[in-house]
Amino acid sequence: MPNGKRTVAIVGVAESDSGFVPDLSIMEQHAQAATRALADSGLQKKDIDGLFTCGGVGVLHPLEMAEYLGMHPRYIDSTSVGGSSWETYIEHAVLAIEAGKCNTALLVYGSTANSDVKKKLRAGDFALLPRGVAQYETPFGITLISKYGMAARRHMHQYGTTSEQLAAIGVAARKNANRNPKAFMYGKPLTIEDVLKSKMVADPLHLNDCCLRTDGGGAVIITRADVAKGAKKKPVWVIGCGGAEDHVIMSQSPDLTISPAKRAAEIAFGEAGITTKDVDYLGIYDSFSITVLLTLEALGFCKPGEGGPFVADGKLAWDGALPTNTDGGGLSSNHPGMRGIFLLIEATKQLRGESTAQVKDPKIAVCNGTGGFLSHCGTVVLAKD
Amino acid sequence: MAEWFHPIVDTESEPFWKGCKEGKLVIKRCKDCSKVYYYPRRWCPNCWSENTEWIESKRRGKVYSYSTIHQNPAQPFASLVPYAVVLVDLDEGPRMMVNWDFAIPPDKIKCDMPVEIAFRDISEELALPIARPAK
Repeated sequence: MPNGKRTVAIVGVAESDSGFVPDLSIMEQHAQAATRALADSGLQKKDIDGLFTCGGVGVLHPLEMAEYLGMHPRYIDSTSVGGSSWETYIEHAVLAIEAGKCNTALLVYGSTANSDVKKKLRAGDFALLPRGVAQYETPFGITLISKYGMAARRHMHQYGTTSEQLAAIGVAARKNANRNPKAFMYGKPLTIEDVLKSKMVADPLHLNDCCLRTDGGGAVIITRADVAKGAKKKPVWVIGCGGAEDHVIMSQSPDLTISPAKRAAEIAFGEAGITTKDVDYLGIYDSFSITVLLTLEALGFCKPGEGGPFVADGKLAWDGALPTNTDGGGLSSNHPGMRGIFLLIEATKQLRGESTAQVKDPKIAVCNGTGGFLSHCGTVVLAKD
Repeated sequence: MAEWFHPIVDTESEPFWKGCKEGKLVIKRCKDCSKVYYYPRRWCPNCWSENTEWIESKRRGKVYSYSTIHQNPAQPFASLVPYAVVLVDLDEGPRMMVNWDFAIPPDKIKCDMPVEIAFRDISEELALPIARPAK
């Protein structure tokens, strides 16, 4: 039985319009998500006194965000660790709220990654300027996908993991997306064979092993237990959090087959007093199929090296033995760039019974965000009221 | 003429890049804790000592992992596909990223295979390390 304390809860979640949304600016993406999440919570704008956000366009993003939204938060956090920033914000928000530094916090994200490429405002793969540590990677023509490709290749070499097994992850995600009319790939079935036939982008990763690039945003409202009691919907309690970093440039990872999720989850599961057996719903950052496989092993759902056979039976689909990313995930629903916030949103919907691919009466959900290039992980354990 | 992907050499990396141009792989070693490390840093990342030195690597190691890149929209790499990036574990200990020798098909690469480090010139001032099968 989970024993994590129930002092802080998520009370509002929302996504902004995602996919290809050229008529929303990056700031509008944020505002649409924030206003929808506030409406979902039933709280008032004046209740929010904490702001957790990163990304955007300017160099002083959290200040621009506060100003744009007409807020004067007394607590600001803009920790920037990539896609796991949002799980990290939950951990930080719990600490801030428990310490009385703020009462109700807004986590808000928005991106126009898809429209920007179509409008030629950015390239498809933006290489880092070869300055500082990037001088030891960029000159070699490394791409984001090939960084994950190297992790996949090593896992295949050590454990005999196959492309077919990795493909099963994308197929399960697509099955979930086909329950979600808002998913970018809704209505487009996908088979293992389709994945294997899709273009090889960075060996051994095929196009359908890779996340989408969409526009989109999301927001989460998190508050104290007593405020949560007055919210419109039942609170979703944060009962455990943990984070861990590993490397920034790939040569500095001691073992690319071990995700930092291992250390992050040990902290979070310990705090929550849960084991993998208690988990009814799983949100795993799926930048690539290999990210999911490595995370499952790191979280302890299977042993190191057994991820391939573990996922091959399709158990990650919404009606499978381990329902994961029931919105369709980054592989098939949306991926604007730092997707960790959508893990929290879908997990909250599951625990409330609001998902388009609803799992039967889930009580405990775990979200694990991965940032950078398998660089950092944040794990959050959520519990139904 | 410096191109966008050329390393921006700084105070800590200058001896490394100069070595590459001279056909030498120079890496750092801590004189206090004996840790040999890559990439170069003035302070030892293991014990934080400033008492560190440059040593010349024997340029031998084995492949930890690699990826063959089939898609990169940025030139000059767009014209080079398929090419491979390789993580090499040097015999001295550290791991480094290099390119696979462009003259050898990437399908020859295998994890754990023995390799040697060589260099290819990219400008008057700069050369980049590459890996190829050990002789």
